[in-house]
Amino acid sequence: MEVETEQGETGKSVMCVLTDPEGTTLGGTMYLPQNVGPIQLQQIVNTLLKNEEKLPYAFYISNQELLVPLGNYLEKNKVSMEKTLSIVYQPQAVFRIRPVNRCSATIAGHTEAVLSVAFSPDGRQLASGSGDTTVRLWDLNTQTPMFTCTGHKNWVLCIAWSPDGKHLVSGSKSGELQCWDPQTGKPAGNPLTGHKKWITGISWEPVHLNAPCRRFVSASKDGDARIWDISLKKCVICLSGHTLAVTCVKWGGDGVIYTGSQDCTIKVWETSQGKLIRELKGHGHWVNSLALSTEYVLRTGAFDHTGKQYSSPEEMKKVALERYNKMKGNAPERLVSGSDDFTMFLWEPAVSKHHKVRMTGHQQLVNHVYFSPDGQWVASASFDKSVKLWNGTTGEFVAAFRGHVGPVYQISWSADSRLLLSGSKDSTLK
Amino acid sequence: PQGDYIELHRKRHGYRHDFFEKKRKKEARQVHERSAKAQKALGIKGKMIAKKNYAEKALMKKTLAMHEESSTRRKVDDEVQDGAIPAYLMDRENTTRAKVLSNTIKQKRKEKAGKWEVPIPKVRPVAEDEMFKVIRSGKRKTKQWKRMVTKCTFVGPGFTRKPPKYERFIRPSGLRFTKAHVTHPELKCTFNLDIIGVKKNPNGPMYTSLGVMTKGTIIE
Repeated sequence: MEVETEQGETGKSVMCVLTDPEGTTLGGTMYLPQNVGPIQLQQIVNTLLKNEEKLPYAFYISNQELLVPLGNYLEKNKVSMEKTLSIVYQPQAVFRIRPVNRCSATIAGHTEAVLSVAFSPDGRQLASGSGDTTVRLWDLNTQTPMFTCTGHKNWVLCIAWSPDGKHLVSGSKSGELQCWDPQTGKPAGNPLTGHKKWITGISWEPVHLNAPCRRFVSASKDGDARIWDISLKKCVICLSGHTLAVTCVKWGGDGVIYTGSQDCTIKVWETSQGKLIRELKGHGHWVNSLALSTEYVLRTGAFDHTGKQYSSPEEMKKVALERYNKMKGNAPERLVSGSDDFTMFLWEPAVSKHHKVRMTGHQQLVNHVYFSPDGQWVASASFDKSVKLWNGTTGEFVAAFRGHVGPVYQISWSADSRLLLSGSKDSTLK
Repeated sequence: PQGDYIELHRKRHGYRHDFFEKKRKKEARQVHERSAKAQKALGIKGKMIAKKNYAEKALMKKTLAMHEESSTRRKVDDEVQDGAIPAYLMDRENTTRAKVLSNTIKQKRKEKAGKWEVPIPKVRPVAEDEMFKVIRSGKRKTKQWKRMVTKCTFVGPGFTRKPPKYERFIRPSGLRFTKAHVTHPELKCTFNLDIIGVKKNPNGPMYTSLGVMTKGTIIE
């Protein structure tokens, strides 16, 4: 195993051990010369893991990223040479996303405010719901409108694609859900009624649990969440239990549904019967938003940056399951909830009903929490005009981004987890 | 008694054979007679009749409209309003937190200041002629020194009336209450509790001593 170094093997060496993010060590402890930097470490890791392509990695020593050769790092931080230095490596996304500086296209069409947007899982189309009660489908390759779907009676508040890209569901202020066929833009049946007040969130069942996507869950202000079957076009199960409005709903990767509500609790439901499994208490005020560590993979299903198309549902299910397992690793799924009581909790719902970490620091209510697509970071947007970044596994605070002059409403990550975008009431995106 | 011979006859012999028929027809004719009178009446009398009829008509229209409303139950038609907001902003009024905090601090300060100070909204002073009703007494009903209270009162459990000759203020037993519905401001639940006493009536010490309970009265 040849490791190329720029200079020879002169200089002092350090005893190091490489560990992966979950703690298992890779290879034994080794002596590394001090002029070894991240590039050489990458080569070492690639050979130790026996990867065929050279995948990029980032290295962290005690939660600080290692960017310079080891020698400089040691001098700056005065780490003793006696102890073994543990270097954690994190795989990075293979593709890079270019940061956006200006608006690439302004597509006109909606006559009222656009209330919700969703990219299709294969990244080809964009669906947007607006206050003028229409849903519009846009083609992203040409940046032109494709279809305008009318049929809702009131504002279209939520919109969600099925992870296999075949269905699109939108929920409105009148409590109705409408399914659309994204290829033709026509409604796929009558509106689904059942909720008495407006819809606050929609989430589909992941592809790896059920191959042609059939079921999705919708949450509403009237306090219950309903599971619908799109092929039967009716409500299968009604999950009632919350006393106040359900603000957020997510379908987890292990086949459970998480609902966060204004009654300060998060309930975990089982999906075949609709029974309550757990209740996660701890917040002092409304739960505004939920985020799952595996969210990105659940939403995109089998599609990834390669742009491959899949023909059969079984194939999609297999690929999605692979991606999900890779994303999850050995650790249980993590859930972060942001609330009006200015704090966020990190839970591991499969393990215990008490929160793992309490993330405080915001001075105003937390409106939106979002895991990065690789699950490493959690970002939180708050009405105190700041965006805070936390470690995705331990919940430790990493950094705060101040720059907005108005409350920050929503955040979004780029698919390679390198860039974070935040939108605020002051009409800017940073 | 003098005027009961009709009743006696009815009891003994039953009604006249055509009594009910005649009664029905007479009542039916009333409608026409009323209308004829209203049309023929002259002068002030005519005007008074017209006014009365109009008032009845207006009242009837209102009651009909009320009944009409509840019979059909249509689903409320929400029109699409302007100013669409996304789901996470619904239910939020945009009062700034700072103002709310300063309000709570001020409230706490006020509460600490006086224990007996209840946040009473502006109490309207009650006039004497609204509170009391003049009771005429005496053989010729000329004496007017007695007053009867027209508001709710509380008299203690060991209350006995003064001799009627000396009683200036009469508190009718129908307006005497022993229990009150009290709502706890924080718990937001209502309890039915016994009244111990009337502590202070803002309209004056006389009302406090009488035990009359009007708006703004502090009750134990």
